[in-house]
Amino acid sequence: MKAKERKRAHITINAEECKGCCACVEFCPEKQIGVSKKLNTRGYFPAAVNGVRQRCTGCAVCQVVCPEMAIVVVRDG
Amino acid sequence: MGKKQLLRGNEAVGEAAVRAGCRFYFGYPITPQNELPEYMARRMPEVGGTFIQSESELSAINMVLGASVTGARAMTSSSSPGISLKQEGISFMAAMELPGVVVNIIRGGPGLGNIAPAQSDYFQATRGGGHGDYRTIVLAPASVQELADLTHDAFDLADRYRTPVVILADGMIGQMMEPVEFRKPVVDALPEKSWALRGARNRRSRFIRSLILDVDLEEEHNWKLYRKYQRIQNNEVRWDEFMTDDAATAVVAYGTAARIAKGAIIRAREKGIPAGLFRPVTLWPFPMKQLKRLAERLKTILVFEMSTGQMLEDVKLAVEGAAPVEFHGRPGGVIPTPAEVLRVISRVHGRAAKAKQDKPG
Amino acid sequence: MRKLEPRPATLKDAAFHYCAGCGHSIAHRVIAEVIHEMGIADRTIGVPPAGCAVLAYNYFDVDMTEAPHGRGAAVATGIKRAFPEGVVFTYQGDGDLAAIGTAEIIHAANRGERITAIFINNAVYGMTGGQMAPTTLLNMRTTTSPAGRDARREGYPIRVCELLAHFDGACYIERTAVNSPRNIRRTKKAVRKAFQTQIDDLGFSLVEILSPCPTNWKMKPMDAWKWIDEVMSVQYPIGVIKDTTGDTSDNAG
Repeated sequence: MKAKERKRAHITINAEECKGCCACVEFCPEKQIGVSKKLNTRGYFPAAVNGVRQRCTGCAVCQVVCPEMAIVVVRDG
Repeated sequence: MGKKQLLRGNEAVGEAAVRAGCRFYFGYPITPQNELPEYMARRMPEVGGTFIQSESELSAINMVLGASVTGARAMTSSSSPGISLKQEGISFMAAMELPGVVVNIIRGGPGLGNIAPAQSDYFQATRGGGHGDYRTIVLAPASVQELADLTHDAFDLADRYRTPVVILADGMIGQMMEPVEFRKPVVDALPEKSWALRGARNRRSRFIRSLILDVDLEEEHNWKLYRKYQRIQNNEVRWDEFMTDDAATAVVAYGTAARIAKGAIIRAREKGIPAGLFRPVTLWPFPMKQLKRLAERLKTILVFEMSTGQMLEDVKLAVEGAAPVEFHGRPGGVIPTPAEVLRVISRVHGRAAKAKQDKPG
Repeated sequence: MRKLEPRPATLKDAAFHYCAGCGHSIAHRVIAEVIHEMGIADRTIGVPPAGCAVLAYNYFDVDMTEAPHGRGAAVATGIKRAFPEGVVFTYQGDGDLAAIGTAEIIHAANRGERITAIFINNAVYGMTGGQMAPTTLLNMRTTTSPAGRDARREGYPIRVCELLAHFDGACYIERTAVNSPRNIRRTKKAVRKAFQTQIDDLGFSLVEILSPCPTNWKMKPMDAWKWIDEVMSVQYPIGVIKDTTGDTSDNAG
């Protein structure tokens, strides 16, 4: 799926399950994910979706690389 | 009634195991028990069983562990140094409550020792042998027939109590040929094992493990095993007595030593010495109460082992001072003669009689 | 609208205790996905190691049995011989498989046991605090090679896949990694192929998975993931090391 085809999709990251490894940050092709400045209750800075306008294509690479299975991908199309 | 066959002890173990429903044998060559894996290599394919000559004795006990996990009756065998290698696996099986049968055809030790018969693995067998708070049932036959019978019983006991069972024989019993009558094969009547792992079909998955990090839970598990061992102690003690009804001196011996002692006792009786034999068959659970009862009527006890004295300690524990305990031992694979044991019985009996004479009042 | 849930049915609903960025978490998930997709959960029996994954039975929702350290291949042999219709796999680390369990894995491979070994290679002993492993690279510092692994003193890193490929009973051997989306997908395919090898009764199969250990490598997770590409996979080349299954199609199984 090319980035330009931009099907509508979004992800949710469970901040409590995230251990801040940043794999999703590293591998998201659209660079949609960053690191939250707020600690979760386990002491990690969890990943969080960047920006107001999501450019998520639903490629689910973030889900493939997430060790904690903290990301749910929703393909709206 | 089956027919009697003339078989070597090692082979009798194999045939008895097959008839008890054992279909998995894993072992490694070591003298003086090689006839057993060789017998199983021929016999297992005949009954659709599995024989693997494993890469080591260590591997073999782990293969037994694996087969046992699925509910199968599995066994391994070795001799002293190889049994040392199995201790880790036996400890795990005890902790995981897995049945299995381990046959030790003892040879001279420690270390590489020699290949002659000995009884120097008593501590190893009866004190668990590996690490942790556990015991294994230990059966000590004194003839090829008894070896076959106890092998069959070992599988039943292992399954009933979910614990490893050790058969402790020595090289003499393993090698000698005597007539044996085997029991009928029981493959169809094997006990159900609801705890076994055969894939989580129509049930939740489960796991079998011995790692219990929570100390309170681990303590609970240890007491659970302890209570099981108490039940075994209450129900499974076996022993034999010969001419003890009017004995003043009793020899306590097992296995080949007991056979030699019996010969000595018969000759002692001919010489007017009231000697008898107390022969433990289960070395664990040791016949503590039974020996104590006997000791209360005796002038002296002579423990006779083909070692430097291991069962000696259990005898002293059992007797609790009710009678003096003497010891005669020959380690290193030496097989004493009945004449030698007779000399010791005479000496010990004479000493006890004199002591009574010398006592005031 | 389609929601993609990340957790396969064959993983219990438990949070992993593994470190941030640890390869175990990914490997567990990938294996569980394969078990689920192949429909074999009700006849799979797994054998975890001693090591960080000793509690793997808290995660995999299939029958599992502990094995003494290093003995997994022997225990799995006993299981498979007694339950041949099962799918039996070991899950072992570099101490479990390449140090204490070397004899067992070699002989299981040599006998062509119909089991699958999943070998998690992170070049260090994780659970016990970062000691040297047989797969530790030269010059790598660990708590028992504090000056860096020196060949003269400590010997060389062992390439397990190449070692086991030598044995005729070993049928399918592949080395993969879990440090990128591409490698993770490759790992899943390799695991599936390995299980299929067993199911097709062809012989012994092993998948070596280069796995990051950020904690004991003393790196941030993503630096550890990169280190696998830049350094580790030079010593341990990724790819199919041996395939005598006769079926090299991607759609195997």
